[in-house]
Amino acid sequence: MALVLNNITKVVRGVTHIKPTSLTLEKGHFNVLLGETGAGKTSLIKMMAGIDPIASGTVVMDGNDITKLNTQKRRISLVHQFFVNYPHMTVFDNIASPLRVAGMSKSEIEGRVGEAADILKLGPMLHRRPHELSGGQQQRCALARAIAKDSQAVFLDEPLANLDYKLREELRELLPELFADRGAVVVYATSEPEEALLLGGETALMVDGKVAQFGPTAEIYRAPSSLMAAQVFSDPPINHATVRKQGSAFHLGEVSWAAVGDAAGLTDGDYTVAIRPNHVLPNVSAEARVAVTGTVGVTELSGSESSAHFEFGDNGWVSLAHGTHPYSLGEDHTFYMNTDACLYFALDGNRVA
Amino acid sequence: MKTENQKAWFFVLPVLLLVAFNALIPMMTVVNYSVQETFGDNLFFWEGLTWFEQILRSDRFHAALGRQFMFTALILIIEIPLGIAIALSMPRKGFWVPVCLVLMALPMLIPWNVVGAMWNIFALPDIGLMGYFLNHVLGINYDMTQDPVAAWVTIITMDVWHWTSLVVLLAYAGLVSIPDAYYQAAKIDGASNWSVFRFIQLPKMKNVLTIAILLRFMDSFNIYTEPFVLTGGGPGNSTTLLSIDLVKIALGQFDLGPAAAMSLIYFAITLLVSWLFYTLMTKDDLN
Repeated sequence: MALVLNNITKVVRGVTHIKPTSLTLEKGHFNVLLGETGAGKTSLIKMMAGIDPIASGTVVMDGNDITKLNTQKRRISLVHQFFVNYPHMTVFDNIASPLRVAGMSKSEIEGRVGEAADILKLGPMLHRRPHELSGGQQQRCALARAIAKDSQAVFLDEPLANLDYKLREELRELLPELFADRGAVVVYATSEPEEALLLGGETALMVDGKVAQFGPTAEIYRAPSSLMAAQVFSDPPINHATVRKQGSAFHLGEVSWAAVGDAAGLTDGDYTVAIRPNHVLPNVSAEARVAVTGTVGVTELSGSESSAHFEFGDNGWVSLAHGTHPYSLGEDHTFYMNTDACLYFALDGNRVA
Repeated sequence: MKTENQKAWFFVLPVLLLVAFNALIPMMTVVNYSVQETFGDNLFFWEGLTWFEQILRSDRFHAALGRQFMFTALILIIEIPLGIAIALSMPRKGFWVPVCLVLMALPMLIPWNVVGAMWNIFALPDIGLMGYFLNHVLGINYDMTQDPVAAWVTIITMDVWHWTSLVVLLAYAGLVSIPDAYYQAAKIDGASNWSVFRFIQLPKMKNVLTIAILLRFMDSFNIYTEPFVLTGGGPGNSTTLLSIDLVKIALGQFDLGPAAAMSLIYFAITLLVSWLFYTLMTKDDLN
């Protein structure tokens, strides 16, 4: 069972919002759409749901072309970033609404609503109205409506974005099991790289209205195909700088390191090097040993990690390390790169090593 | 420390004075008339509840009250669904929105006696556009000055023309306040257009429709100017609504006592029906 997009595009008043996009989204795992705000995640979901018109291309569900099929006739569910529940209906009626429309018997509706409410711990709230619920409960109600329905495809458009940290963690853990054996294609849009990694499955990296790369999430994280893809899939932003390869070494200003592996085979010339912040560390080690120095501007402590922004390369670099480190703002600090983790891109942005 | 004093009353005072002058004092004058017999030279005799009893037992009052309820019921039955239907078919965005809104508001901007006069001329059988068309082109025998049914059709049509816009504008305001997300959610649920109307649009319009029905009830129940100019209550008494009858008693016959008693009964009925309706419609929200 799969949802297949063949070269679909979206054009609004002559402006192309979604460039030709082809994807095959399989059931049984999460299909993550990862991209920054405005990259086209919501547009793509609305096109798959039949809410927004498709300028060209086809959408195929289990071998049936559904491009022209009305949203009403598609068996789908959609959960928004904003908690969309019918305000004048109780939680029970909200969850039951698609089932009633489908003409299910009363006993079957009660069974399905009860099951969905149990999974999402909404049992005691079935007779309340949405405005009497907290944000997390409202979103659980919206999720319950999505799972109670017998859908072929479930679209989750940043469903956790408007929840606080704790609730987000709690629901994120719940989500994969929620949809595990529903037999539906699950599409999950998010702008947070970390969320994509936690959910696993397959990820489509969206940049500027098109899919830059698609494949197993961990693989895309390890081997981004372009600088753009690497940038989208990195938080804090990936560090990059222009380097010159000469002979068997890379030179970045005063700093040089040996070209190894695939990078060794590159012809001499200018490249862009990119390195994730967690490979630029404040302490020297066996892996991280190429020193770079810059003035520390901003430091942040989040959870058990501390990051330091320092002046280096094209846009300033970030170091992300476990534990706390004594940085003095405005002073030079030396950081150590693990050059084995460097990614190399041609100046047009395509990855070469 | 919380200061407790009675200063707040001074802030209420201006409103109290205003209400006293424009409502309480005139109304107390009416109460005064309603319990006395009035002669020239300002002679008054105490009558107690005689006038109230007389009005409540009067066939003429019952007939006028019956016509009044029929008029109000008919215009509500027509204007509310028609108003909702027009609001539903109006565009939600784009160039035509202001055009539609202005067109809708136009009838309401015309002075009431002008509306009556317009429809009077419009409906005249030999020279009026509508009257002529009905009689001489379609061959329908239509003369509102002779035929009570024609007179009723004309005043109802006139009121629908004049006031449906109010319902349209209120219903439209309710409709545009519904976020797109609800329509999307309903589409994804697989809901038909009827379900969308029944379960999303209608509940969202409930509050504005309550106001619309309340306003149209009160206005139509107290209607005077338009039917007075259009039919003058005739032919016979067939379109003599409560307010027209009241004016006939008060200014035609100069029976100030019965007219005052009738005014108070009239007021009490309007108030009671409005209160009942409003209480019933908002009962759910209070729980």
